[in-house]
Amino acid sequence: MTAFVVRRLGFAVITLWAVLTLVFFIVRVVPGDPAQVVLGDQATADAIAAMRVRLGLDRPLAVQYFEFLWGALRGDWGTSLVTGRPVLLEVTEVLPWTIELTLAALLIGAVIGIPLGVWAAVNRNRIPDYVTRLASLLGLSFPAFVSGILLLIVFSIQLRWFPVISAQSDSVWAWLRSLALPAFNLGLIMAAYITRVARSAMLEVLSEDFVRTARAKGVPWRAVVWRHALRNALIPVITIVGLYLGVLIGNSVLTEIVFNRPGLGKLIVGALNQRDYTMLQGMMVIYTLVVIVVNLLTDLAYGAADPRVKLK
Amino acid sequence: MSATTALGATIRAFNANKTSWFGLGVFLLVVALAILAPWIAPHDPIEQDIFAKLEPPSALHPLGTDYFGRDILSRLLYGARYSLVIGIASTLAAMLIGSTIGILAGWHGGRFDIIVMQAMDVMLAFPALILGLIIVAVLGPTLTNIVIAIAFTSIPAFARIARAPTISVKEREYIEACRSLGYSDTRIMFVHILPNIFAEILVMSSLWLASAIRTEASLAFIGLGLKPPTPTWGGMIREGFENILDSYWLALSPGVAILVVVFALNLLGDGLRDAVDPKLKGEQ
Repeated sequence: MTAFVVRRLGFAVITLWAVLTLVFFIVRVVPGDPAQVVLGDQATADAIAAMRVRLGLDRPLAVQYFEFLWGALRGDWGTSLVTGRPVLLEVTEVLPWTIELTLAALLIGAVIGIPLGVWAAVNRNRIPDYVTRLASLLGLSFPAFVSGILLLIVFSIQLRWFPVISAQSDSVWAWLRSLALPAFNLGLIMAAYITRVARSAMLEVLSEDFVRTARAKGVPWRAVVWRHALRNALIPVITIVGLYLGVLIGNSVLTEIVFNRPGLGKLIVGALNQRDYTMLQGMMVIYTLVVIVVNLLTDLAYGAADPRVKLK
Repeated sequence: MSATTALGATIRAFNANKTSWFGLGVFLLVVALAILAPWIAPHDPIEQDIFAKLEPPSALHPLGTDYFGRDILSRLLYGARYSLVIGIASTLAAMLIGSTIGILAGWHGGRFDIIVMQAMDVMLAFPALILGLIIVAVLGPTLTNIVIAIAFTSIPAFARIARAPTISVKEREYIEACRSLGYSDTRIMFVHILPNIFAEILVMSSLWLASAIRTEASLAFIGLGLKPPTPTWGGMIREGFENILDSYWLALSPGVAILVVVFALNLLGDGLRDAVDPKLKGEQ
């Protein structure tokens, strides 16, 4: 176990280094001078020279690279070119909004997806199975911004049940109302993925010997399904959270834009539109860290949840 | 495999899950509409009419008009061309590069395989949309750059898909025979292994085409699609979203169009995957 953790941590460090290097060079292969890109076509030569100094572009590339790596390690990701505030501060300010949204979505996804997946597996090749499979396929076909706009049109504009701008936190009720629609939007798509994995995992577990033994011993079918089989089928569901993290993050960006919520997604799109390259670098570092940490935790959780899994 | 048996195998694969036929039918219909756009579109997709802006659906404009008075149905039909071209080109590029990487890694094995596949895993773990956003933002939102960005994010998936069957196929006797005959690695990989794993790659490509079309629309919605007035579905939703409080139908038709195409491709790929690998039935 210790060797596995050490090896995974080693891989995580190498991954982080690889992505940081990639980020460093992507930002520097911008066609033309980055300082020119930041300031626009009308900028004077003096302004461009000043911006080059401010961005550190006047120094040798190797120096810039090691300073960038060293800064990233110390949590110094530079200052935003637009607001002049530290990138880390900007990120940590909006991070709780994104975490709150993704956790609520995961909860909704699990609460809807797991029972639906079990229901479909138990009724394999019958109408509930077909309906669930079609519905989940439809769910994962929805681009998050299309489903978000549909929810917005129906529940905020037509029925007026929820606010159009989802960033209110005056009271618990206002907070819940503003979180509900974006979380449902993200959660329903997540539920579609979870349903499919839960269904196939349950199908596999239900065909195993211990299930047959439990039934032969007279354990009620309901107990076999929900107590014996589901516990084993949940393990692949844990890994799906790690596997679909990229999908979840991408969809959260779109959801934040549609519902006008603060968060990492809105921050990165703002940085792209305003050509805030230091902010973009910082955002890439944050996303890489999130991906690495969640993948590591998923691997460890997978091993901890199932003693049969050898952590190699 | 003769042409007749290949056709028979394809039809059997489709018959294994009837929804594949439905998915294929809907997708081909959209392709036909996109090809026929210049002949069937009722108006010029970029022609503005300031006296007819934000009109609800009518006989003259079946899906209404946008903020510039442009006919939404015509823009939708022409928009299908861009969505399909970007989706198909990026999927083909990713299929070509990713499969080559996967076959090479699976064939050579050892340290080369470990390093290449770990690099692919890193790319796979990174959010595709974010990576796409950065690439398009850096290179600029042209058709070629959008294709490059989407292809780049899909390469690792194809590498993984191609690697696994390569490892199993390379142990077969006929490959041993090829080696004994002194065939080169390249000839064995691309003449003798590729045809045997092509079905799996092709099935996954329909699912990734769905994903590519969704990613293109998402990029356009964020503002990194083809520049206006070029009609793209994601861009149309973006424009509709800006007028959502008074003309919410503007975003509806392109939204439904994306959903229909992506759903059709998912139905097609999902059904075919069941036929190719029954163990995967229902997984994504």
